[in-house]
Parts: sequence; C-alpha cells; structure tokens
Amino acid sequence: MPLVKQGRITTDLFVHVADGAELPGDGAVLVTAERFLADPEALLRRPGKVGVVWPNNRNLDDLVPHLDRLASVALVFPTFRDGRAYSQARLLRERYGYDGELRATGQVLRDQFVFMTRAGFDAFEVKKDADADAFAETMKRYSVFYQPTGDGRVTALNRRMQQRHSESAGQ
Amino acid sequence: MYAYDELDRTLINERVSEFRDQVKRRLSGELTEDEFKILRLQNGVYLQLHAYMFRVAIPYGTLSTKQLRRLAHVARRYDRGYGHFTTRQNIQFNWIKLAELPDALADLAEVGIHAMQTSGNNMRNVTSDQWAGVAPGEIEDPRIWSELIRQHTTLHPEFSFLPRKFKIAITASEHDRAAIKIHDIGLRLHKNADGETGFEVLVGGGLGRTPFIAKTIKPFVHGRDVLSYIEAILRVYNQYGRRDNIYKARIKILVHELGIEKFAKEVEEEWKQMGDSELRLDHAAIEEVRSRFSYPAYEKLPHMPDELKQAAHDPLFERWRKNSVSPHKVQGYSIVTLSLKPVGGPPGDATAEQMDALADLADKYSFGEVRVGHEQNLALPHVAKRDLPALFKALDRLGLATPNVNLVTDIIACPGLDYCSLANARSIPIAQELTRRFANHDTAGLIGRLHINISGCINACGHHHVGHIGILGVEKNGEEFYQITIGGRADENAQMGTLIGPAVPYAEVADVIEDIVEAYLALRDRPEELFVDTVKRLGVEPFRERVYATR
Amino acid sequence: MTSPLEQKKIRITGPSVVTANRTWDGAVVYRTAQKGWSTELSDSAIVSTSDDARALLAEATADDVGAVGPYIAPVEIKDGGKVKPGNLREQIRAKGVTIDLQVPA
Repeated sequence: MPLVKQGRITTDLFVHVADGAELPGDGAVLVTAERFLADPEALLRRPGKVGVVWPNNRNLDDLVPHLDRLASVALVFPTFRDGRAYSQARLLRERYGYDGELRATGQVLRDQFVFMTRAGFDAFEVKKDADADAFAETMKRYSVFYQPTGDGRVTALNRRMQQRHSESAGQ
Repeated sequence: MYAYDELDRTLINERVSEFRDQVKRRLSGELTEDEFKILRLQNGVYLQLHAYMFRVAIPYGTLSTKQLRRLAHVARRYDRGYGHFTTRQNIQFNWIKLAELPDALADLAEVGIHAMQTSGNNMRNVTSDQWAGVAPGEIEDPRIWSELIRQHTTLHPEFSFLPRKFKIAITASEHDRAAIKIHDIGLRLHKNADGETGFEVLVGGGLGRTPFIAKTIKPFVHGRDVLSYIEAILRVYNQYGRRDNIYKARIKILVHELGIEKFAKEVEEEWKQMGDSELRLDHAAIEEVRSRFSYPAYEKLPHMPDELKQAAHDPLFERWRKNSVSPHKVQGYSIVTLSLKPVGGPPGDATAEQMDALADLADKYSFGEVRVGHEQNLALPHVAKRDLPALFKALDRLGLATPNVNLVTDIIACPGLDYCSLANARSIPIAQELTRRFANHDTAGLIGRLHINISGCINACGHHHVGHIGILGVEKNGEEFYQITIGGRADENAQMGTLIGPAVPYAEVADVIEDIVEAYLALRDRPEELFVDTVKRLGVEPFRERVYATR
Repeated sequence: MTSPLEQKKIRITGPSVVTANRTWDGAVVYRTAQKGWSTELSDSAIVSTSDDARALLAEATADDVGAVGPYIAPVEIKDGGKVKPGNLREQIRAKGVTIDLQVPA
C-alpha cells in the first residue's frame, strides 16, 4: 500500500505494529491506541519515533496530552463512507494545534483526497496504486473553496471581499 | 435572484470535470459500483427501476427563466421530454443515461445550476419559503441566509460523509411554507429585542420510518453565528450519530436517544469551544451575499387596476384568481401559484414545452423569475395585477391554471412504484384517480383547504405523515395496500396524522377518501372549519366509523 | 413489493431470472445463458432451483462493469413458453410506468 506524503509517493518509515507483536528495537512505529495508552512512557522512551493509530469512535481527550511527543497520528476510515475521522482531523489540527504527521489509513481513495487534505491530513496510506499515482493531479481538481478550515486556503467569500476592497481602494 | 460570480461558476465547472472523470473511471471498470455509488449520489444520480434518475437542485426554490429553459433543454435532449418537481425544491429527470450525465451537468452549469449533494449522506439542498422576498409581512428575505448556508455546506470537507442525509429549511414568515419542523434543522428567522436578525433553531425533525417533529434547541442564535452553530450541530452529529443501522442514522434518532437537553448541551459545549472562529459572519460578509441578490424594479401601480375590474365578470378567471393568486408585499402586484396538479395528471410533472412556455410568460409578466414550492407547484412571484387576466388565459392554454391550489386535488405524491426502486406500492395512479373523483373544482372549493399526501413506502417522500389525509403504500402478500392517516399538518403547527384503521387495497383507496371527505362535510360545524380542524375537534373516531362501517 | 434490494437469503419458489440495470444507460437488463445481458426478458436464463439461482446471481454479480445491482426476480412461464414478469414491480420494469404521462409523444 503506497504512502503519499508531500504530494508524492514516498517510502513509509513507520512500521505498523499489531497488538501483541514484538516492537522492533529501533525505527519508527505506529501502534494502536490501546497499546500506546497502556504505557505511553515506555513507548516514548524507546529509540525511534512513535505514532498512534486512533480509532474513529474514540474521544480525542486521551490522546491530546501526548500530542507534542508523537511523530504521527493515524486516523481511520473503516470504509470511505464513514466520515468521523474528518472531524477528528480538524479538531487535532485546529483546536489542539497538532502539527505532526496526520495520516489517513483504511479505505483511502482518490475521490476523498481533497476533503482529507482540507481537513488537515498530510499523509495517506492509499488503497490503490493508481490512486496514489494520481494524487498530485487529483489535488488540482478544485481551486475554489466555500468554507474555511485550518488548511489556510482562502475562501470564496474572503476572495470576494478582498476583491471588493481592492476595487474600492483603486477608485 | 442570486447571481453567480466567477468563483461560483468555477466551482461548479470543477465539479462537473471531476464527475466526468469519475463516470469515465466507472465505465472503464476502474471504479466498482460500490465505490462509485456514493460519488454519483453526491451528484444527484440515483438508480431507479427503469433507468438512472437525476435530481437537480433549485436552491431556495428560485429559478431564472434562462435556468428554466435549460431544464427544459435537459428534459428534451437527455430525457423523455418532462421533469418532476419534488417536495424539496428539486427537479428530477427519470430516464437519463449515465454516459450522458456529465454533458447534462455541463449544460446546466452554464446557467448556474448544479446537482451537488442532491443525494448522499451530506447536506442536501437548503430549502426556503417559495414566497421569500415577496410575501407580505416577511421579516426579511431568508434566501440570503439560505445562500450563505448553501455555500458553507457545499463540498464541506468535514461533513460530506455524515451518518445519513441532512436537510435544512428556513422560513422568515409567520406562516411556515417551508415545513421547517420536519427538517433535520429548521431555522425560523426572527429579530431579538435589539432588532438584530437571528434564528430560532429547531433540530431533529423528519418523517420516514420514525417520524419526529423538530424541537427547539436554541430560541435565538444571532445571524452572525448561524454558520458556527450549524457547524457545531453537524460536528456532534458526525461523531455521535449512529452508523450501525441506516434506519437509526438520522439526527432525529440521536436527538431522541440523547434527549433534546443533553443534545443541546453537547452542541453548546462544542459551539463554545469553537469560539470566535472564522465562521463568524461580519456585517460585510452578509452584505456581500445580499448584494448579489437582485430585486425587480417594481412600478407604482394601483391596488385595483381596470383590467382586474373588467375580468371580474369572467367566472373562470375569478375562480382561478381567488384560488391561485396571493397578496404581494408591493401594492399592485401579486404572487401567482401555478398548479402542477391537473386533473388526471401526475403531481409535480411539467413537460419541456410547458417549461419553455412558462419561461416566456415569466419574462413577460414576472421579471424573469419563477419559484418552486414544496407542494410541487410553481409560482410567478412578481405579477402586476393588471396582467392577471392575460396571464390567466396564457396559463390556461398551457394547462397551468388548474384552480385547485391547496384543495383536495392539489396532491403531493412521491414517484412510487412506477419509478422508484424503494417503493412498495404505486402513488401516482392513486393521485390521478383522486383528481378525477374530485374533478369538479367548485365542489373542491366547497370542501376547502385539504392536503392529501401520498408515499409509496415508509421512506415518506410524499410526506404522508403530515398530510391532512396521508396515504402510505405498503405491500401485503404481493398486493398493494394503503394505510390512511388523518389530521397531520406540515406548517407552524406541524403534527403527525393518526391512522384510521387497517390498510385498504389499491382499488378501494379513492372510495375511502371520498367517504372521509363526505364525513367531514357532514361533521364540520361551519363551512369555514377546515378538514384538519374538524379532525382536531372530533378525533379520528367518527371518520373511522364512516370508513369501516361498511367494509 | 418488498424491495429486492433487501434480498438476503436466496430461496426461490418458482421460475426466476436475474435482472439488473445496464451501467452506461441504466436500462433494464436480464442475464442470459451466454453470460451476457439482454434488454429482452425472453432472452433471459431461467432457473428453477435455489442453487441455480445462486450460481446465476454470483456469475452476474461478477460483471460489475456491465450492469448494476443484479438480483433474482420471479417470472411466469405461459403456455407456449412465453416468459412474463412474476410481479407488479417487474411488470413495471419490463413494460414501463402504469400511468398516462400526458407527455406529447
């Protein structure tokens, strides 16, 4: 499954470690929320970065205190039709100020890339190779956005008001 | 009218290109139906019994004549020459080919029409009063707010995969013509003690398998905060709405299971945490959207022009005028409702020829503007009273002057088993038979206001629960049967109807409705007592007796 | 008619066919014995046991590109072997709406 980051397919430095499986001695790992919360300090002490896979039906409260020491948070799309992780992503970015890697995992498909990016995701475990190849192209689909999110894109309303302002200033 | 600017146009063109690519990938097999289904639904494309069905949005029910002509073009070029106006200010085409849909969408995009989010588990078309901007006594034009909300919720990255569909309706008049109490969110525009515009916010209304009347979650949300407050509601719903059972996924179930107080508390907490976000609408932002609505340059006209006095001798004109013409906020003008319920016709259908001809009439008599209401009728919102006689003649020739607005034959009906893959029974032939039974418009006039609503299945697209008489198609051992309810209503006093007894077979429905109407005529205490008020006063029992005594 | 979209267990009680809508235009189609689709009910493969129905449906479902939403529908075999739809829903799908549309032809 290809990983897309910074708009391109890249090598995934993280290893998903299943519950009960032995942790590698070093290197970056992604562990489940249960495993992480069982002993966060032990995990964070080991050499290598730590990321957590956070389920989409679990409140973020238990995760928030650890955010500044995590190298990645992976949010889950059990199917692409289940949109809970979009809210979690926006809360992590916009309310809790998380600025590390925010990864989409699960059924991650081309036609959701724009939504995911706008919600704050910047890493994508893409289900299909062809979709990963098309990432950059897909991100060009839209140039107009109606609503503000934390992604910094200027909304249509703000563009109109800026335009109006510059027009009236030019008169 | 709201005028699209370059940004709006760019966005819908980008949407069309995206869908073109998705259709191409579907037809090549790159996308499975499972993956594609949601993408097509989000562009208004269903699969029905005979073909794909294409639902196009008419935001807050306002259409320009250019747009109406383009809808006629789509009906003619890509479909079978007609369209069906729905109960949520949409129009549906029943026979469209998937391979041609991107072209149809591109044609519509040229005139600023789209089908974004007319289906799917996202924010649907934001609806409003079809008399918005022209109704006497309206507090202010609710379409400004509808448009702000429409933009905010279009392609919203956080809320495009909600547990289930989500519908908002807005009214700014005392009399609710937008049926806000049967919406996921209902907004009633009003002013606070300081004269500032805001909304009573209702939540959790809806029909279907488990009908609920919406409850007030906050009596006043300031206009500047309306987007953030809606966003807070949606965020709570997105996270906690049920996803395990499609029949329990609407927000009404979440509100019911949590209780309105608990739900309101969750929303309030979320809203507080959002704080002073970018969603707060300052005065300039609201005015920016308001400035792109244009209004007719009305003339100063007499209240009672000569043309109207002369035409008063024509009984057919007078009957139509009394039934279909309503007061306008500007003196000398009227709002004209066009019944899409001709005797024997499918409710809400209009042919391409009717749409084109109506566009010509709207250019001539209504400043180029047409409205669509949830009763599946159209309206011309700005007709000078002096033009009413000429307009009547022209509408009559088009079959658009049936004087039955709000009467027993002004039936709301879903497409039913003739078109719909979810239906258990037919709706349209029942409606057609009823319009024949009550074809005498004078008799219908004597019966007075009476809304019949027909749904072909429990999903309630015909809003049968809130019909004065509701008819619900069910299936029993492979046969079509119909449950009858009475006493429902969809306005500011919205309530669900009560079942009068066992379901009756297809062939008996019209007889039963006739019995109910006859019982009402015998039971009402004076001619002005409406059917729904008689039911309220007496309950369903006398009607039940009448219907089942001989069956 | 209970929507066949809710069809779960496959158990047929009489002659049946597999029907769906063609992907590119949505037209009503029937699965043929030649592993294709036809708009004519008379071309359809007719099964009369639940096992055969299951097999025909599985084979039809595998063609996700050709048609959408295949399901099993009852038919009646008339004297002379003519195949007719087995319920109202399928009659409407085969013959069109039951109403006068009042649309100029």
